[in-house]
Amino acid sequence: MNFEGRDVISIKDFSKEEILYILEVAQKMVPIAEGKEKSDLLSNYIMASLFFEPSTRTRLSFETAMKRLGGMVIGFSQPGTTSIQKGETLADTIRTAESYCDVIVMRHPNEGSARLAAEFASVPIINGGDGAGHHPTQCLLDLFTIKREKGSIEKNRIALVGDLKYGRTVHSLAYALALFGVDMMFVSPPELQMPKEVVEECREMGVDVTISNKLDNLDEIDVLYVTRIQKERFPDPEEYSRVAGSYRIDLKTLENAKEDLIVMHPLPRVDEISSEVDKTKHAAYFRQTFNGVPVRMALIALVLGEVK
Amino acid sequence: MKELKVQPIKDGTVIDHIAPGNALKVLKILGITETQPDSVISIAINVTGKRGKKDIVKIENRELDTKEVDKIALIAPNATINIIRNTEVVEKRRVEVPDEIVGIVKCANPNCISNMKEPVESKFIVKSKNPLRIKCYYCEREPDDISSQII
Ligand SMILES: [Zn+2]
Repeated sequence: MNFEGRDVISIKDFSKEEILYILEVAQKMVPIAEGKEKSDLLSNYIMASLFFEPSTRTRLSFETAMKRLGGMVIGFSQPGTTSIQKGETLADTIRTAESYCDVIVMRHPNEGSARLAAEFASVPIINGGDGAGHHPTQCLLDLFTIKREKGSIEKNRIALVGDLKYGRTVHSLAYALALFGVDMMFVSPPELQMPKEVVEECREMGVDVTISNKLDNLDEIDVLYVTRIQKERFPDPEEYSRVAGSYRIDLKTLENAKEDLIVMHPLPRVDEISSEVDKTKHAAYFRQTFNGVPVRMALIALVLGEVK
Repeated sequence: MKELKVQPIKDGTVIDHIAPGNALKVLKILGITETQPDSVISIAINVTGKRGKKDIVKIENRELDTKEVDKIALIAPNATINIIRNTEVVEKRRVEVPDEIVGIVKCANPNCISNMKEPVESKFIVKSKNPLRIKCYYCEREPDDISSQII
């Protein structure tokens, strides 16, 4: 499989076979990501890391990925100090950056920005999040986590919990899980339900989807994917506290859970998951964060053509 | 009631088979709602034709180019365009919804990169021609009301 020169804009640009191949390469990257093995695979390459809005976690993970493979990183972590503030177009910023580097990772507040950047760049663009649009590397690292923790993606029943309306990661994740034939439960307050198009799309892909506003039947669930319910979504702070509280995961929630249930969260969390869960074997969210590094190493090496 | 005949024209464009009630929209899309000194425009609404009721628009001294025809296709997908020179029909073409719509519809998402000051035209991918469904190439949103988003 050859990914050389390819852009990574949306998870939908990849087939199931391609996704599995990326995860396979990511698995091989794990010892290097852990610092147990050294690599100079990308020692002649420069990655531009263009963060038009701050996202510490995503940026650090990408930059670590590049450096673990011996590559170099240039870029900025917020647009404040750059010519963008002076009104430069994204197209011009990209045309400038690509003349200095071999691959561009970008995060930008406008939907479709990565797609636009890809039109102007001859080097591969990796989308690190475009507004409320896509965040394909998050989706891949979520899939990688499920595969590593559970042995396979397919044989699980997965519940997505929290803000399913605005949480962009859950839309791509639902699509990707449907691609793998995974049955899902969408658990959210009624006002933050999974958009109809996403539900329809999953059903058209042949998977069984249950919609609920209560987190029950936990004994049937293998993976609990929790997302943050944001305060801004509720005009009334009391309403927010009541709603957010009813989806909070703590030891009591997990009482009836399967032995090997894993709890995932894209982080940062506020109080969706009580810290008492951290020490249980269910807590997979810190390992999930780590998994961002080998997945991003795999993607960078693949689009640069150093892994085939 | 006395029938009001639309006179044949010598040079220009006749847009026929517009779904009844859409003639004024077609003119709006073409940007010729205001009086144009060199162009006489006749409109016939609810004309009974062979295939039922229809609207007809006749524009004198102006030949529509393909890009303009594409614009019409979005609200009058069954229309035919007749180019008239010296009272003869020299060209007759059907409007067809293209696979891609470039520079005609503005994305309804204010946060879409195509609505920022970037050197690109708006671009939509046609998901289905009947019923017409399009999605923004950049942000992938579908406009609720296409005709209100026409540039
Ligand atoms: Zn758009």
